[in-house]
Amino acid sequence: MKLAFYILFFFCSLAAAAQDDIYPAKKQEGVIIINNGIIHTGKGAVIQNGSVVIRDGKIQKVSEQPETISGATVIDASGKNVYPGLILPSTDLGLREIGSGVRGSNDYYELGEYNPDVRSIVAYNTDSRIINTLRSNGILLANVIPNGRFLTGSSSVVQLDAWTWEDALYKADNGMVLNMPELIKPLRSYGPAPATDPVKEGMKKVEELKSFFAEAKAYANASSKQETNLKFEALRPLFEKKQKLFVTADISRQILVAIDLAKTFDINVVIVGGSDSYLLADLLKQNNIPVILNALHALPTLEDDAIDQPFKTPAILKKAGVLFALNDDFAEARYRNLAFLAGTASAYGLSKEEALQAITADAARILGVDDRAGSIEVGKDANIVISSGDILDMDKSIVTDAFIQGRKINLANKQTQLYHRYREKYKL
Amino acid sequence: MKKLILLPLSWLLVFMAAAQVSFPVNGVADPRTGVFAFTNATIVKDVNTTVQNGIMVIKEGKIVSIGTGAAPKDAVVVDCKGSYIYPSLIDVYSDYGMTASQRPAGNFSFFGPQQFTSTTKGPYNWNQAIRSEINAVDLFSTDESKAQPLRELGFGTVLSHQKDGIARGTGVVATLAKKKENLTILKDKAAAFYSFSKGTSTQSYPGSMMGAVALLRQTYLDAQWYKSRPAKEGVNRSLEAWNEDQPLPQIFEANDKWSDLRADRIGDEFGVQYIIKGGGNEYQRIKEIAATKAPFILSLNFPEAQKVDDPADARFVALSDLEHWELAPGNLAAFEKAKIPFVITAADLKDSKSFWPNLRKALQYGLSEKAALEALTATPAALLKISDKVGSLAPGKLANFIITSGNLFSEKTVLIENWIQGDRYDINSRINNEKSGQYQLVVTGPGATRQYNLEVKNNSQATVKDKDALTTKFNSDGSLVALSFSLKPADKAPAGKKDSVFEKTQAGYLIRLSGIDYGTTWQGVGTDEKGAAVSWVATLVKNGVTGKDSAQAKNNPPLGKIVYPFDGYGNEQLPQQETILIKDATVWTNEAAGRLEHTDVLVKAGKIAQIGKGLSASGARVIDGSGKYLTPGIIDEHSHIAAFSINEGAQSVTSEVRIGDNLNPEDINIYRQLSGGVTTSHILHGSANTIGGQTQLIKLRWGADDEGLKFKGADPFIKFALGENVKRTAQPMGNTRYPDTRMGVYEVLNDAFQRARDYEKALKSGSKEVRRDLELDALVEILNKKRFITCHSYVQSEILGLINIAEKYGFKVNTFTHILEGYKVADRIKQHGSNVSTFSDWWAYKNEVRDAIPYNAAIMQKMGLNVCINSDDAEMARRLNQEAAKTIKYGGVTEDEAFKMVTLNPAKALHVEDRVGSIKIGKDADLVLWSNNPLSIYAQALYTMVDGTIYFDREQDKQKQAHIATERNRLIQKMLAAAKGGAPAVAVKPTPQVVLHCEDYEHAGGVLTVDGFDL
Repeated sequence: MKLAFYILFFFCSLAAAAQDDIYPAKKQEGVIIINNGIIHTGKGAVIQNGSVVIRDGKIQKVSEQPETISGATVIDASGKNVYPGLILPSTDLGLREIGSGVRGSNDYYELGEYNPDVRSIVAYNTDSRIINTLRSNGILLANVIPNGRFLTGSSSVVQLDAWTWEDALYKADNGMVLNMPELIKPLRSYGPAPATDPVKEGMKKVEELKSFFAEAKAYANASSKQETNLKFEALRPLFEKKQKLFVTADISRQILVAIDLAKTFDINVVIVGGSDSYLLADLLKQNNIPVILNALHALPTLEDDAIDQPFKTPAILKKAGVLFALNDDFAEARYRNLAFLAGTASAYGLSKEEALQAITADAARILGVDDRAGSIEVGKDANIVISSGDILDMDKSIVTDAFIQGRKINLANKQTQLYHRYREKYKL
Repeated sequence: MKKLILLPLSWLLVFMAAAQVSFPVNGVADPRTGVFAFTNATIVKDVNTTVQNGIMVIKEGKIVSIGTGAAPKDAVVVDCKGSYIYPSLIDVYSDYGMTASQRPAGNFSFFGPQQFTSTTKGPYNWNQAIRSEINAVDLFSTDESKAQPLRELGFGTVLSHQKDGIARGTGVVATLAKKKENLTILKDKAAAFYSFSKGTSTQSYPGSMMGAVALLRQTYLDAQWYKSRPAKEGVNRSLEAWNEDQPLPQIFEANDKWSDLRADRIGDEFGVQYIIKGGGNEYQRIKEIAATKAPFILSLNFPEAQKVDDPADARFVALSDLEHWELAPGNLAAFEKAKIPFVITAADLKDSKSFWPNLRKALQYGLSEKAALEALTATPAALLKISDKVGSLAPGKLANFIITSGNLFSEKTVLIENWIQGDRYDINSRINNEKSGQYQLVVTGPGATRQYNLEVKNNSQATVKDKDALTTKFNSDGSLVALSFSLKPADKAPAGKKDSVFEKTQAGYLIRLSGIDYGTTWQGVGTDEKGAAVSWVATLVKNGVTGKDSAQAKNNPPLGKIVYPFDGYGNEQLPQQETILIKDATVWTNEAAGRLEHTDVLVKAGKIAQIGKGLSASGARVIDGSGKYLTPGIIDEHSHIAAFSINEGAQSVTSEVRIGDNLNPEDINIYRQLSGGVTTSHILHGSANTIGGQTQLIKLRWGADDEGLKFKGADPFIKFALGENVKRTAQPMGNTRYPDTRMGVYEVLNDAFQRARDYEKALKSGSKEVRRDLELDALVEILNKKRFITCHSYVQSEILGLINIAEKYGFKVNTFTHILEGYKVADRIKQHGSNVSTFSDWWAYKNEVRDAIPYNAAIMQKMGLNVCINSDDAEMARRLNQEAAKTIKYGGVTEDEAFKMVTLNPAKALHVEDRVGSIKIGKDADLVLWSNNPLSIYAQALYTMVDGTIYFDREQDKQKQAHIATERNRLIQKMLAAAKGGAPAVAVKPTPQVVLHCEDYEHAGGVLTVDGFDL
């Protein structure tokens, strides 16, 4: 196993000095068969010794025995696990290259409070060095969001093997992103109390937003108009339910306001963050509000909270029937640990398949790409990851193959290349 | 009317104030001797001596006699029948008469502009926060607007100083008399003051708690050195004053239980016993507080109830804050019980009017009246060595006393007058006397005399107690009295005369009376309900209002228990060392024996006593380890938990600061990390400067105090840092602090060690001219291999740079931490002999980590380096086992070697491998029992023990969580009830979680996490 891994490296990085020679894969030609794998469909089912037939970028067949088709490329996945490609549901991937100190490398945070017209996709950099390190951990799709102060613009889903952002586009403008104000009273501190109440200030901002939405909705309903308002135009898909409102909200008051927005404007709302979502699980279920849980590997909100609260939140949401996905927004490791967040969720109450679902099928549902992605099912895009062990557990999670739309992608990245370079130096 | 009466009195006082020898009089001289005799009083001379029905004579501002007998003929007699006389109170922690500080305290900001030297003009100290040259007497000016509220509380004397700076100079003792300053000052330099807060100093240094400690320590040394008048220093008025002030009482404003201990330790080091101004939370650690042997100054500033009605808000108030609200009024009682001397100050109160209610609350919580009186009179006088003047009543002492309507501490008692230096100040005097008591009211009208009981609550509330009486209206200004009340109608309204008001109220017409207050009797005239003229007299029957005096009714409300640490997850009793037998576990020894299946481990007296099969031990607690994994505890080489400050970033070289000076044993992350199997953490200074501070190795003994956390006997370390952080690359305003390049970083190191070498040579020469320098002392220790470096480092150039410096000066860089490009120069590091400690998979968070790779650890390990995986992150530290597991994924390290990266390898890097890091007989019993293979993400720590003491038990943790829920509910209900009952309530104050770090990374820490620099 280890040997195979190294050989893979070797081929991937032969004579390579930078990631510049890691090329996006060509369109699938012929038929690919993955045989003898343990297939995790992403929707709870596990097929031992299963096979997957891939043609024209789609999954043509999923069966419980090996398949043979003449001329097909056969990948023997004996003893390996086959998963749907993992989906990172809310990220600045491709927009933010160097975290701090290099302003020029960043395109993720626009000025202004009302930027519904801003689109993340047009700044998405397919040549980001970060992207390939996610692929080699099984992440094949990502929802790229614009950040900002308030209403920040629309997100798009990309696939992670592309020459340009136009190639990468998987679903355009699937979400509109709103950063909910804090809505928390001033913290106890030794300084003087602030003059303003952040809760009141925040609620004022929310009221402003509602007016803005009301006008935008009226605008959308108007039969003709003298001037075009780009900001209102950008909100049209939201009111037509072709787009969801991704609301960054952690504490219960923020979540309640988000639910209110959904009801008031008859729009689809998704909670992003959701650290206190477990306190409102029933309410979220009643209102059909899904949650993208950020940073499961986080400290509890309060010192009194259960020490393992973030870890067990997914199990609480699951029990209440809330649709949720897990998200890795930990900037220092650059989002590559998504699978291990699911692993933790599984250690704290979810089954492994449920945990997997939260980074595959359910993420696809929330992002609105479940017609094409998120599961190993006939007719879906062949976004598939093969791992030598349990992908949720770091000591076994080694991805050996990955396919995006049937294209077998190169799993090398800048880091594997540097690894090779220095093994060369030391003759390791 | 009131004004008219008061005016002559104030005029009199002013006149007397001006009657001073060297000051010319504009008009005719009016010399007075001010002889007064206070008769029939209960005179409390001091806590132990009370004269009943006594007489006290004062003259020219001093007490002449106290005793019994007749008043002298030349005295103005003041009849104090029913009244008490006490010495006026003393406040030693006042800033009365001082000008306010100029600007709010500024905290160090990593990104803020820096000021490297003092901007104080003149021959003063290099550091602006050392203000020993300030003498409050020079700044002092009487301030009637401030004096009056203090006098109304009963204070007569204060020790006042300017509350600004780390060394604040001296304080002045003055009375609160309305006189020229010349006459009110009792002692000009009465005490010297210190604190950890740099106040209005705009200088960047110190920018942290540990920096403040270091500055104080260095200043003690500097002052000692200055005594020999070193030519290089010239004139330094601050140090001169510092030396002159040493014989005075030394008062330290610490304001928090841990800071109290911290201050006391500085005192111990330099032979000073501080009087410590506490913070009100000392009851939480009263044993440690008692051990300081310091007298304390305690405020009555108890936390207010918060408006917890909205559960969405209430959720954010931590149990520790709720408990503190409940228990804080017991702080003074805790001091009394622990026999720690203390005085009480009115300082810190938002509203001075809360002084007496809060003091009575303290009495309810068990403080004795005797101790309270002592703390306000005799003890402060003794501390300031002014007992010959104030603090008790005796001939020859100042005529500083208060006259009260009863026992000073009773709720119903009224302070009538406060006499200071023989001058009278009315508080609720005969002129403006707040009335309360029972009176017999006799109304004499045409043909009838009627008697009523009148109960007077205060000057605006009274009730005629009579079965026929209805509403009463009452008003008194202390002199003029107006009273009206209605009677039940004896008969119906006169027939034919419909009176709607009469019928509606069903009340009779009013009897209206007005009159004059003659003291115990009131007399006047009025009209009765029929309009006839009446005369009336009211005679005092009993002072005060009936009903229970809440101060005397000592209720013992159910209070929360004090837990250690003071946190929801604390324990009432500290966990104890036990004899523990873990049976039938898979034991990962980290020793040559490797993994032992189905093996027992016996823990005794904190050590690993036996490893084998079929072990037994009588009396041992047996833990079933079957199917479970026993490993040594995790050691985190790079952590920033459990400290009050992490970065002293104001200078490029701060080797004088010590993390160990500011440990925070109550950081909840200690407990959280125990739940992740961590038992030892190396608490590092941050990376804001090239040569940071001295580090502290701790064991996670949850509940221990700061000293108890320390890993005793471990070699001392120091943190260095290179690269972007020390160049302040991320500073948006640009950097002004040298160095700004890696070239400069190298020279900072070169210069520091050269200075250290020269300093050592000079020290050895024995010259008295040499200044003891704490910064260089630490560097000399490095040169002499007595202190060891762990250096934050990323790129290969800077790694080699430090190695070059080390080799030039003949020492070894013990550890490179972070070392994300270590893989590029692993051979060179190996040759130099350093340990390395790195992240598993972090990268791209700044330019210098662009080439970071997760294979780093594996390459370095294969190159033969001793590799550790560290956290540098309060969250990730609880999953260090998983971080180690990533080296299996990235680079194929074996399981055994991977796990050593968070256990044995850091033990080696920290020179404690003889104590911890593996399971071996004789080593410390720092062990973790895991539910699963400890490198798996599915593994949970079930038990974590340090020194054979179980500090984390997953089952017990569930009980703790249940307890937190119950206790939170009890306190929130209590707070709601208190607010409903009229207690002042303030807006909810969510409890922040302070998370400190290198200033490199920001890991999600929950919505209430604040960066340490924000506070």
